[in-house]
Amino acid sequence: MNTLVRENRDADRAQNEQFVAPSASVVEAGDGYTLEVEMPGVNKEGLEISIENNELTIRERRSLPTVEGTLIHRESRPENYRRTFELDPSIDADKINAKIDQGVVTLTLPKAEHVKPRKIAVS
Amino acid sequence: MSLIRYQPLEPMAWPSLERWSNLRDDLNSLFELPFWSSFARQGQLFGGWSPALDLYQDKDNIVAVVELPGMRKEDIEISLHDRTLTISGERKSQTSNGEKAERTERYIGRFRRSITLPTRVDANKISATYRDGILAVTLPKAEEAKPKQIQVTVN
Repeated sequence: MNTLVRENRDADRAQNEQFVAPSASVVEAGDGYTLEVEMPGVNKEGLEISIENNELTIRERRSLPTVEGTLIHRESRPENYRRTFELDPSIDADKINAKIDQGVVTLTLPKAEHVKPRKIAVS
Repeated sequence: MSLIRYQPLEPMAWPSLERWSNLRDDLNSLFELPFWSSFARQGQLFGGWSPALDLYQDKDNIVAVVELPGMRKEDIEISLHDRTLTISGERKSQTSNGEKAERTERYIGRFRRSITLPTRVDANKISATYRDGILAVTLPKAEEAKPKQIQVTVN
């Protein structure tokens, strides 16, 4: 079960809007995967997660804190985030769950019942 | 010299053409990965995590805005030494036994980030907020660093 969540990076490349691919980590547990995506400055309202053709896309518009004064040094990127992941066929797309906490989106991707290991009793 | 009639290659003759095109896309996309942007920012290959930091200033305050996604408030340390602001902390791994990391781009462990402020600040009045993974540190400027209006009387 190695293939799992592969990125699809070249989709929508022709679009004009620039995006930043957020850092992500994927962990496999026995009955599913956990996908963590770093999106500092994002809250629930700006987040959009969609699944199409077995590809999961996360995009968001960040709401930067309004700070008074003039910017004198900048390292953050002004672009919004977007990243697409290809889902492993074993994932049950209907049961995907997402939460966001302090700028990290955690997606729980459970495996479908029919791919979980099971024992077959011999009669 | 003999002239040979030009024969365009038929797509069928190159069954693996699509693979080359994929390879090219993969190579191009390497440069769009977060690794490269953070590499450019840090200027070093294995320097750990150097969170992006923005500085703002107005006449009374300097504000440092730092991207620190997924921290606990208790794990962030802010210190000031002279004009050097240091933000450090530790992001702890939440992976437990029986789990297998398939891809790890998020940095786990200790980090430390320093920046020299443009003016002196009042160390006793520093305040900070942490929301949506963004730390905002407000540093009031020291009295002697504030711009002053000097009245000149002309006789």
